[in-house]
Amino acid sequence: MDALAVSLLTGLADAASLFLVASGLTVIFGVTRVVNFAHGSLYLLGAYIGWSLLTRLPHSPLGFLLGALATIIALAVIGMALEMALLRRVYRVPELFQLLATFGVVLMVQDIAQYFWGAEDLTLPRPPWLRAFVLIGNQRFPRFDLVIIILFPLVFGVLWLLFRRTRWGRLVRAATEDREMVAALGVDQRRLFTSVFALGAGLAGLGGVLALPDASANLQMDLSSVTDAFVVVVVGGLGSLPGAALASLLIGLLQSFGIMLIPRATLALVFVVMAVVLILRPNGLLGRPISGSGGGTPALVRPAPMALRAAGGAALCAALLAPFYLGDYALAIATEMLIAMLFAASLHFMMGPGGMASFGHAAWFGIGAYASAFAAHLLAAPMPLGLALAPLAAGVLAVAFGAFVVRLSGVYLAMLTLAFAEIAWAIAFQWVDLTGGDNGILGVWPAPWAAGPRGFYWLALGVTVGGTLALRHLLATPFGYSLRGARDSRLRAEAIGIPAARIQLAAFTLAGAAAGLAGGLYAYAKGSVFPTYISLGHSVDALLMVLLGGVATMSGPILGALAYTGLYDLLLAATSLWRLVLGAAIIVLVLAFPEGIAGAILRLWTRLRPA
Amino acid sequence: MKSPGPVLLVENLHKSFGGVAAVAGVSFALDAGEMLALIGPNGAGKSTCFNMLSGQIRPDSGAVMLNGEAVGGMAPRAIWRRGVGRTFQITATFASMTVRENVQMALISHHHRLWRSLRPARRLFVAEAEALLGPVGMAEQAERAAGELAYGDLKRLELAIALAHAPRLLLMDEPTAGMAPAERGGLMALARRLANARDIAVLFTEHDMDVVFGIADRILVLDRGRLIAEGSGAEIRADPRVRAIYLGSGETSGGH
Repeated sequence: MDALAVSLLTGLADAASLFLVASGLTVIFGVTRVVNFAHGSLYLLGAYIGWSLLTRLPHSPLGFLLGALATIIALAVIGMALEMALLRRVYRVPELFQLLATFGVVLMVQDIAQYFWGAEDLTLPRPPWLRAFVLIGNQRFPRFDLVIIILFPLVFGVLWLLFRRTRWGRLVRAATEDREMVAALGVDQRRLFTSVFALGAGLAGLGGVLALPDASANLQMDLSSVTDAFVVVVVGGLGSLPGAALASLLIGLLQSFGIMLIPRATLALVFVVMAVVLILRPNGLLGRPISGSGGGTPALVRPAPMALRAAGGAALCAALLAPFYLGDYALAIATEMLIAMLFAASLHFMMGPGGMASFGHAAWFGIGAYASAFAAHLLAAPMPLGLALAPLAAGVLAVAFGAFVVRLSGVYLAMLTLAFAEIAWAIAFQWVDLTGGDNGILGVWPAPWAAGPRGFYWLALGVTVGGTLALRHLLATPFGYSLRGARDSRLRAEAIGIPAARIQLAAFTLAGAAAGLAGGLYAYAKGSVFPTYISLGHSVDALLMVLLGGVATMSGPILGALAYTGLYDLLLAATSLWRLVLGAAIIVLVLAFPEGIAGAILRLWTRLRPA
Repeated sequence: MKSPGPVLLVENLHKSFGGVAAVAGVSFALDAGEMLALIGPNGAGKSTCFNMLSGQIRPDSGAVMLNGEAVGGMAPRAIWRRGVGRTFQITATFASMTVRENVQMALISHHHRLWRSLRPARRLFVAEAEALLGPVGMAEQAERAAGELAYGDLKRLELAIALAHAPRLLLMDEPTAGMAPAERGGLMALARRLANARDIAVLFTEHDMDVVFGIADRILVLDRGRLIAEGSGAEIRADPRVRAIYLGSGETSGGH
């Protein structure tokens, strides 16, 4: 009984921490419609700045209170600066490019934090008042966590009053409901957006500083917190404050009781909850369909000009001959680039023409890799069979899962794919008997004819070029046009007999299968398979490659994969602050070329060509 | 073979949203080659009616008979396959495709080539698409992106798309909204010619009363979800209830 009570309290404390970060995220999204990936970075900065302040202030409750307040103010100022310097410039670009820009901020903040505070985890000195426990029966519960629990209704109440009782709050709610109308009524949107950002950042800062006594300030807390916060926001319904509170409670309590009941399922539990909620309620628990997200008119898609085809042909020739002028190491890197291209092209297929962005595309890559590894180990299958099983396994799972995915759209769709990827990752990580867990599966060797760097490079080239050209050709067929049609106007598609959902499911399956093929290839290239292949970071890699290159044409993901892997390798070798440079480069690209590298080249080409 | 009886027969159609009746017991019939206008003030239920006929909205009750077959509650795709083409009040086209490709997609779908063909879509049914673009005056703009068309041109494109599968029934929701007055007559005269030449039944809503009275064979007047009048232009002009709702004398408003 006492253990249950402690679990309940632990769950409530978790819920309170989740709510502090998620409430800011959901309010920011509601008003600005920006998917702010950098919200976790604000939380991280809250923890680090809080640490710097609290270690210098007296280690008393009053010192803590002052430090926390100062942190909130500091983060609010940082949030305002971020909004005015960056986000204000990207409100008009498609939402995925906003995401890309905020991800650039994530990378930059990681290096900034490491530069100022070092790579070590930073913990607070724990004076007696912070170590104190309350006794519940014979169980001990940290007294500080009770404070956090009390903050939950307190913060919710304050926000509620702020939104219901003040003119500013009414404007925020009005802007969440109908942005255009509020603008038409002459409200200064810029100040409204900036102030909302400051509020959200301040809340994230409070969350960060409150994480210090029980844990630490560390460089991983940005992505882990923003993932959790997004889950809460999506489960609650984008933009809904009561929804975020409800979802925080649900997830906090499920997590703490889940550890008691099924310890092995804890990593996936949150994402299982999100998947179930999204399948049953496509707009979250208390959310409403989102009206008019920005983005503008999709650009006309034309067949590639002859010059571009010629350039592609020349590049292919150069690639074919590469083993004759590149060394083994360079060939190994080139092989990885080729696999990245196929991976990026597969995501582009569903994301560009299909309009279905995925935050979890690494799932299919990983499933393909594991399928090849299982084939090699359990079936002792030869490489061609192992390679064939990779897209098959990914495709079969994608068609089963995709049936739920294509019922959603936008951020909800992306988050459901993330849920599936995280569940797949948790299985790969925790089912040690089958997958070897963190140790992975080693000894996935290619056939003798492809064992050398040259042989495998040509294999990778053949598979990537074949796979990419096949996807490209499909986009030109009636099926590919139908996919684009369903994206442009689902209403029109259905009104001329195009089964939009079935077309999208087919595209989702093909994208999954192609990513699986890339994964299988990667397994044989590396000789091993690890859960990291399915990690969020790997999914984000794919997303970055596609967005950098541009979503409009098939050359986008190819160029994007080249630029991203090339930039990455170059920066890694050249500077220890590679994240800072890469993040800044991404932000500059978004601001300068919102249509991606391929789009920018095409624009330049059409402008320079004599009419 | 022409089936006897009306192309479209609507009986006692009902639809409520959250307890508010948008369409409350509408019945009418429409013959081949006939142009029927559905008019009424804003919020009268015109678009709801349209969306129930073409499947975007499921009726609560009542029957929609198309050539004698009950199609009420069917999906838009199924109703389209049975020979109903439509245009939308807020135009819906594929912005990332050219004008011609938009029409080609309707042709490709009609000829069941969505899944079966591995040939590039832009090479399929080119001549047929051109033949549809000519009459609506969009042949010169065939290569332009649908996303950059003027509003009136989008309406014309939608008409070409709606005609691609040789429909028996054409539903046009505000076909001339956003067009210059001079263009309006032209587009509706074209619809008139098509209705006569191909024996298509046409149902349209329209705010421009010159267009309505100039072109429609028969007019239905909808107010608050109910049909309050039906007849020729002259009959409608003379109807006191119609005068009341449009001119607002207030004497018999609501009429029940």
